[in-house]
Amino acid sequence: MIEIKVLGSGCARCKELEKMCFNVAAENNIAADIQKISDLKEIMSYGIMQTPGLVINGKVKLAGKLPNASTLLHWMQEG
Amino acid sequence: MVILAALWFLIYFNLEKLTGLVFDISGLSSIKDSYARSIEFFIYEVPKVLLLLTLIVFVMGIIRTFFSPEKTRAVLEKKSLFLGNVLASVLGIFTPFCSCSAVPLFIGFVEAGIPLGVTLSFLIAAPMINEVAIILLFGLFGWQTAVIYVSTGLMIAIVSGYIIGKLRLERFVEEWVYEIKSGRTDAAAEKITLDDRIESGYAAVKDIVSKVWLYIVIGVGIGSLAHGYVPEDFMAGIMGKSAWWSVPLSVLIGIPLYSNAAGIIPIVSVLIEKGASLGTALAFMMAVIGLSLPEAIILKKVLKLPMIFIFFGIVGAGIMIIGYIFNIIY
Repeated sequence: MIEIKVLGSGCARCKELEKMCFNVAAENNIAADIQKISDLKEIMSYGIMQTPGLVINGKVKLAGKLPNASTLLHWMQEG
Repeated sequence: MVILAALWFLIYFNLEKLTGLVFDISGLSSIKDSYARSIEFFIYEVPKVLLLLTLIVFVMGIIRTFFSPEKTRAVLEKKSLFLGNVLASVLGIFTPFCSCSAVPLFIGFVEAGIPLGVTLSFLIAAPMINEVAIILLFGLFGWQTAVIYVSTGLMIAIVSGYIIGKLRLERFVEEWVYEIKSGRTDAAAEKITLDDRIESGYAAVKDIVSKVWLYIVIGVGIGSLAHGYVPEDFMAGIMGKSAWWSVPLSVLIGIPLYSNAAGIIPIVSVLIEKGASLGTALAFMMAVIGLSLPEAIILKKVLKLPMIFIFFGIVGAGIMIIGYIFNIIY
């Protein structure tokens, strides 16, 4: 089970990223616990300055933009 | 990419002939009334502005890959007040920025010890001076106006930030901002290849052009109608030079109006054509693009209400001064 956090307080891309994570995980049968984090203090604790942020198993993978689906899958697989 | 670039130049530099041709074939060129003039304006301006927009957004998309909020923050740390304001304003143009990220960016800056005034210089310049505004001004007014817009925008960002810094308003920042201990991430430090940069350029075009093209078509459409139908000096009484009150009024109307540059500039171009003075129109445009209620609401999360008023007050006053100066010069 990998743990995915989507950091963002309601921007359009944040919702898109969350949806992407659900889709990629479902399509590839990856067991993932996907959470949307909208609390600013918690978002800032990851040190990002742009939303959406993507955290997989505690590591910040990306901030401020959307990954393409294959990169996202790759990150999910390496955990 | 080379082919695309060649095609771009071919179309752009022959656009007048092309649209003229369309005009001749459709038989509209023989009609000399205002209806035909409106359509002529429309079918020339829309593709011209869209072509320019695509090119600049692509180039800016690539340039932005060389900048990031993290790098900008690193540059701004431990800079003296005035130099910090200048750098923050200039970097505000190039650093990738979306107003939805204003809060994390604000916290990230303040937490790194960057002075409040310097941080606000960045937050004023970043939305106000954007490539869509620059390109529309260039396309519809010429390069001089684009340069005026950029330089006055920078001036407002630098001076407003500097004044806010001098006023020592740190107490109006929500306390919890200073309590945040954020980790530093190196997510942005990964290596970026040339292909990635070009990819970012395409992504920016897809993202921005798909968002703003409709505004441009509508804006230029309204502009074209007015171009043909509204009398030349229609706006002179309301937004002309002689009406001294028009500058503050334009700013006051402009702040709650929330539009992106793409929608507002084609309309402003018509206001000017119909007798509005440049300073008044410029003030209106800056107030619409640079100061917005949604931005205030977003910033309310980290700034207390008096600070929001001071922030908008100082920037609004700056915009008015610029408006008056231009009304006097031109």
